[in-house]
Amino acid sequence: MSALAISVQGLTKRYGDKTVVDAVSMDVSEGEIMGFLGPNGSGKTTTIRLMCGLLEPDAGEGRVLGHDIRRDRGAIKRNVGYMTQRFSFYEDLTIAENLNFVAGVYGMEQPRQAVRDTLEDLGLISRKDQLAGSLSGGWKQRLALAACVMHRPKLLILDEPTAGVDPKARRDFWDEIHRLAVDGLTVLVSTHYMDEAERCHRISYISYGRLVAQGTTEQVVRDAGLTTLVLSGEHINDAAEALRDAPGVEQIAPFGASLHVVGRHKQTLMTSVNRVAQSTGVTVTPTETSLEDVFIQLMGQSKDNML
Amino acid sequence: MSRHFSFRRLWALLGKESIQMRRDRLTFAMALGIPLLQLMLFGFAINTDPKELPAALVAPTQDRFTRAMVTSLELTGYYRFIAPNATAEEAEAMISRGDVLFVVTVPSDFGRRVQRNELATILIEADATDPSAASGAMSTLGTVASEALQREAGNTSDSSAGHNNISIVTHRRYNPEGITQYNIVPGLLGVILQLTMVMMTAMALTREIERGTMENLLSMPATPIEIMLGKVMPYLAVGGVQVIVVLGAAKAVFGIPFVGSLSVILAGIFVFVLSLVILGYLISTVARTQMQAMQMTFFFFLPSLLLSGFMFPYRGMPVWAQYLGEIFPLTHFLRLIRSVMLKGADAATVADSFLALGGFVLLLALFSLLRFRKTLD
Ligand SMILES: Nc1ncnc2c1ncn2[C@@H]1O[C@H](COP(=O)(O)OP(=O)(O)O)[C@@H](O)[C@H]1O
Ligand SMILES: [Mg+2]
Repeated sequence: MSALAISVQGLTKRYGDKTVVDAVSMDVSEGEIMGFLGPNGSGKTTTIRLMCGLLEPDAGEGRVLGHDIRRDRGAIKRNVGYMTQRFSFYEDLTIAENLNFVAGVYGMEQPRQAVRDTLEDLGLISRKDQLAGSLSGGWKQRLALAACVMHRPKLLILDEPTAGVDPKARRDFWDEIHRLAVDGLTVLVSTHYMDEAERCHRISYISYGRLVAQGTTEQVVRDAGLTTLVLSGEHINDAAEALRDAPGVEQIAPFGASLHVVGRHKQTLMTSVNRVAQSTGVTVTPTETSLEDVFIQLMGQSKDNML
Repeated sequence: MSRHFSFRRLWALLGKESIQMRRDRLTFAMALGIPLLQLMLFGFAINTDPKELPAALVAPTQDRFTRAMVTSLELTGYYRFIAPNATAEEAEAMISRGDVLFVVTVPSDFGRRVQRNELATILIEADATDPSAASGAMSTLGTVASEALQREAGNTSDSSAGHNNISIVTHRRYNPEGITQYNIVPGLLGVILQLTMVMMTAMALTREIERGTMENLLSMPATPIEIMLGKVMPYLAVGGVQVIVVLGAAKAVFGIPFVGSLSVILAGIFVFVLSLVILGYLISTVARTQMQAMQMTFFFFLPSLLLSGFMFPYRGMPVWAQYLGEIFPLTHFLRLIRSVMLKGADAATVADSFLALGGFVLLLALFSLLRFRKTLD
C-alpha cells in the first residue's frame, strides 16, 4: 500500500453546542483523487480547514503529508495547495500581481519564471494586468487553481471548485485535475454535485458532520446494500401513492416516466412492490442501484440519527 | 529559507499591501487630505497670533503721558480700545462678560510720577481663558513702555524722564498657568497622526477577514511577525508623508519655530508613529469587522485627546487623571515634541519620553503577536 497523504482520525469541531464535524476519519493515499461529497452545510469546508491547520479541532488528530495537523501547521502550509470555496485572492490586485504575491510568499526560487509559466499555461498573458476582481467566475476559478499549484504542492485541497461554474468549464476543470494527478499530485476535492463522484478514484460522503460512506463508487453502492426496482406503466402515480407507507419502501423517486423504489430489505420490498404492481398493473424490473439513490438513502438515515 | 522569518516573504507582503494602498484612492486621499484639512481648520480657527483685540482703558486723568502710553499700546497692533474712558466698575463688567480681553488701568498719579521721576505703574489685566489669544499681546509689553517714553522724550524738552521708572504689571486672569500659542500645532501633529495612523492600520486585518482573503493568507506560509510587519511598514511610510506635510505646513503657514534639533524631533515622531501603527494593528487583531475597528479607535482616541495635555494643561489636571494620561502614547509624544520643538530640549532631556514611547512599541507589538489568530477560530 502506498503512503498516506492524508490520515485523520476522529476529527471533531463544535460551534456552540452544535457539532459541525463529528468524529471524521479519512485516509487518502498519495496520488489519489478523493472526492469529498455531501450536501450544503454538511461540514465539508470545516473538515478541510481542520486538515489544513486553519481550525483547531476539539477532538481527534491526524497527519497531512506526514505533518501533525495541530503542531506542524507551518510544514502543512508550505506543502499543501488549498483553494478556498470563495475566491480569496485579492480582487484589487491584477492577475500578475496576485501571482507575484503568491510566488513571493511561498519563497519560490524563480518567481518571475514561475509567474510567467503560469500565465502562459492559463492563456492569460495578454490579460495579466487586468484586476482579478473583473474576471468572470470561471476565470477566477482557473486563476485560483493556477495560483494554488504554482508552488508545486504535494497535496491539493479544493473546496467546491466547480460550484456555480458552467458544465463545459466544469469538464475542463476535471480534466485539469486528472492531469495534475497523473503527475503524482494527491487531490482532495469537495463537491455537492453527485455526478462528479464518478470522476474521483474514491469518495467520502459526509452528512450532518458524520462520514457515512467511503470507498470507490462501486464499494459505496455495494456497502449500502440497497435494492432498486424500476416501475413503469400507465398507473405509476397510483402505484407511488399506494407504496408511500408500504413496509420495506424507503425511497420513491420519479425518473422521467418511471419510478425508482429503493429499500434495504430486499424481501420486504419485493413483497410490497409486487402486491402494488398486481393491483395497479405496472411492470417491475430490478436495476442497478445508482450512487444518487445511495446518497439520498444515507442523508435520510443520518437525519434520523440527528433526532 | 527560515521558518520564522524570511525577507522574501515579507517583501511579497509589503508589495501587495502597497499596491492595495495605492489602488484604494479614497483612503490614500484621506491620509493626506485629513491632516491638511485639520491643520488648516485648527490652525486658522485657533489663530496663534490674533491682532486688534478689544480693550478698555481706565484712566481718570487723561494727560499726555497717559495718551502716549495708550498710543504706544495701539501701535503694537494688538489693542483696540473700544472703551477709552471707562470706570473701573464698567471695565470689570466688560472683561467678565468677554466684551473686552484687556483692561488697561493708568492710575491718576501716573503723569505726576513720571515727571517726578518716581516709579509709575500701569496695570494690564488680560482675559487668559484662551491663553493663546492674550499671549501675543502680552509678549510685546516689554518694549511698549520704553517706546512710549522715548516718544515723549522726543516731544518735550524734559529729557530727564527716566526710562526705568515705569513698570507694567500684568495679570493673566482666569487661567494663570497659560499655555503658549505654539502648543497647538505640535500637539495637532500628534493628534492628526494618531487619528489617521491608528484608524487606517486598525482596518488592515479586519479588511482581509471581511473580504475572505484571510483564509487564503493563513493557508500560506507567512508567519505572524511577517504579516504584522507587512501591514505596519507601509502605513509607517504613509505616516512619514503625513509628517512632512504637517511639519512643512507648520513652518510655511504658521511660522512655528523649530528650536530644537530636527533629528531629535524626527526620531521622536518615528517612535510615536511606530507605536500608533502597532496599536492600530493590535486593534485589527481584536476587531471582527471594520465597523468594530472604527469604534475601538474612537474609544481610544477621545480620552487620549482629553487626558494627554492636548486640550487642557497636563499639570492642571488632578493627579489621578495625570496617571491615567500616562497610558497614552500621545501624552509622552506631546511632552517630547513641545520640549524639543519649542524649548530646544536635547535628546537626553526627553529621554524619559523616548523610553516610554519605545516601551509602548514593544508592549503593543508583543500583545499583537499574542493576539494574532493563526487559525480562523
Ligand atoms: N464559524 C462558524 N460558526 C458557527 N457555525 C459555523 C461556522 N462555520 C460553519 N458553521 C456551520 O457548520 C455547518 C457546516 O458548515 P460547512 O463546513 O461550511 O459546510 P459545507 O462546506 O459542507 O457546506 C453549517 O451548518 C454552518 O452553519
Ligand atoms: Mg463549504
